[in-house]
Amino acid sequence: MVIFLQNLVNALQWGSFYALIALGYSMVYSILMLFNFAHGDIFMVGAYIGFGVSIGLLALSSSGALAMPNWLILALTILFSMFLTSFVGMIVERVGYRPLRNAPRASAAITGLMIGIILETGNLILLGARRVSFPSLVETTVYNVGGVFVTNKKIMIVLVSLLLTLALHLFVRRTKWGMAMRAMAFDFAVVPLMGVPVNTMIALTFAIGSALAAAAGILFGVAYPVLDPYMGILFGWKAFVAAILGGRGSILGATLAGFLLGFTEIFVAMIFPSTLRDLIAYSIILLILTFRPHGFFGEPYSARLRL
Amino acid sequence: MLLTVEDLRVSYDNIKALHGVSFRIDEGEIVCIIGANGAGKSTTLRAISRLVPVEAGTKMTFLGRDLLQYPADKVVSELGISHVPEGRRLFDNLTVMENLRLATFARKDGKAIGNDLERVFSIFRRLSERQDQKAGTLSGGEQQMLAVGRAFMSGRKIMLLDEPSMGLAPLLMMNVFDSLAEINREGTTILVVEQNARMALQFAGRGYVLENGRVVLEGRSGELLADPRVKKAYLGG
Repeated sequence: MVIFLQNLVNALQWGSFYALIALGYSMVYSILMLFNFAHGDIFMVGAYIGFGVSIGLLALSSSGALAMPNWLILALTILFSMFLTSFVGMIVERVGYRPLRNAPRASAAITGLMIGIILETGNLILLGARRVSFPSLVETTVYNVGGVFVTNKKIMIVLVSLLLTLALHLFVRRTKWGMAMRAMAFDFAVVPLMGVPVNTMIALTFAIGSALAAAAGILFGVAYPVLDPYMGILFGWKAFVAAILGGRGSILGATLAGFLLGFTEIFVAMIFPSTLRDLIAYSIILLILTFRPHGFFGEPYSARLRL
Repeated sequence: MLLTVEDLRVSYDNIKALHGVSFRIDEGEIVCIIGANGAGKSTTLRAISRLVPVEAGTKMTFLGRDLLQYPADKVVSELGISHVPEGRRLFDNLTVMENLRLATFARKDGKAIGNDLERVFSIFRRLSERQDQKAGTLSGGEQQMLAVGRAFMSGRKIMLLDEPSMGLAPLLMMNVFDSLAEINREGTTILVVEQNARMALQFAGRGYVLENGRVVLEGRSGELLADPRVKKAYLGG
């Protein structure tokens, strides 16, 4: 039981990363029927931007110009990095995807993969082929809860990701922009007739998805403080699986599926040798998708006509 | 002149859909465009709403302004041209209220929005009973009411209607046209395209007959109703 609970705690943290990244995939797909295959690399860029911002804030703080406690530096790092990374997402959309809006979807998918490679190699050129260490902003405190070890970092990571998911949920349900996004997901072609500037809305969608990926990147840096330019690839693919598993455009679905992926991986590794982890974990996911090809909360099909 | 369309040409994948359509609408008028399936009626409305690209040489002005300078969303929010598309195209996943609210996305006149909502609910009482229901659960007649209500909320200088009678029983159809007449009396110009030529000509003051992407006849509704060519082709002899 203690082992189970211990793994559950680990799985919650691991699933948080997937869930936050999956939301960005899911939002863009629901509106544009497009998988933004550069999204995993935006997670990486977000982590690096977080690295840069936190180094800057630490230097500012230690120079005495503006002394800040570390928790504040972390909070500001998350906020600033989310803000900055949202522009990366908007640029990717503007430069990469918008010219292909009416092109076959395969062109956009290939473009996404290429943008991903550009972001990875761009990072290599800028920072060189070395790993960087995310500064340790939080001293790890370990709590022993009846034999289960929980760290303050894990609690923080899970809470922040749940909070961001809830914020996104409220945004989509309660604001006019969220309403427009839901309308675009249902019938993109008529949305301009409502006076909604569609390009602005698409840019906003990319911005939000990228900001969430940046948050995931920083939280990842807090838990596993070694960043490398290729860290986004496997994470991106797995979060993509979570988005599919959750169902098109479903916030709840993407979140649950992200956590489910985390659980599956962690628990498979608990039972089987860890080298077999992904093989077995993703075979299970494949089996689920065989029976629910449109995911947990997706529509079985989408009858979207063009006007 | 409220809206002038001159030499409107549209092609889809190199197939010409409109070969130079021209017409004008004065403020306060009800004008109809009738024609068979595929004559180019819907394309004409889509071109005005800037949903389809037009070919060089096309001129469209609205209140003296060059319509082609406005993207689709600004045609609605800045010029006040609303469009009820063919098949209604409601957002089934949004509630009645959300459908109406979405149509005010770009509006900043909060107080007027409230009044307009009240007006929509007074014209279409059924909608006010169903405010929080998903649009997808409405009956055909209610859906058409919501489609018109949504256009009412988005912009009101002119309303373009694409086959409002489609799929409606005769009585419901009369109700919808009565409501449109009421909206027109309050100052909204109406351009309606219809396959149901008799209904459209009884409703409108003037009409244009579209055939294969060209205007072949135009005139006052009474004249068109009496025209032997219109009678033969569109009114069942």
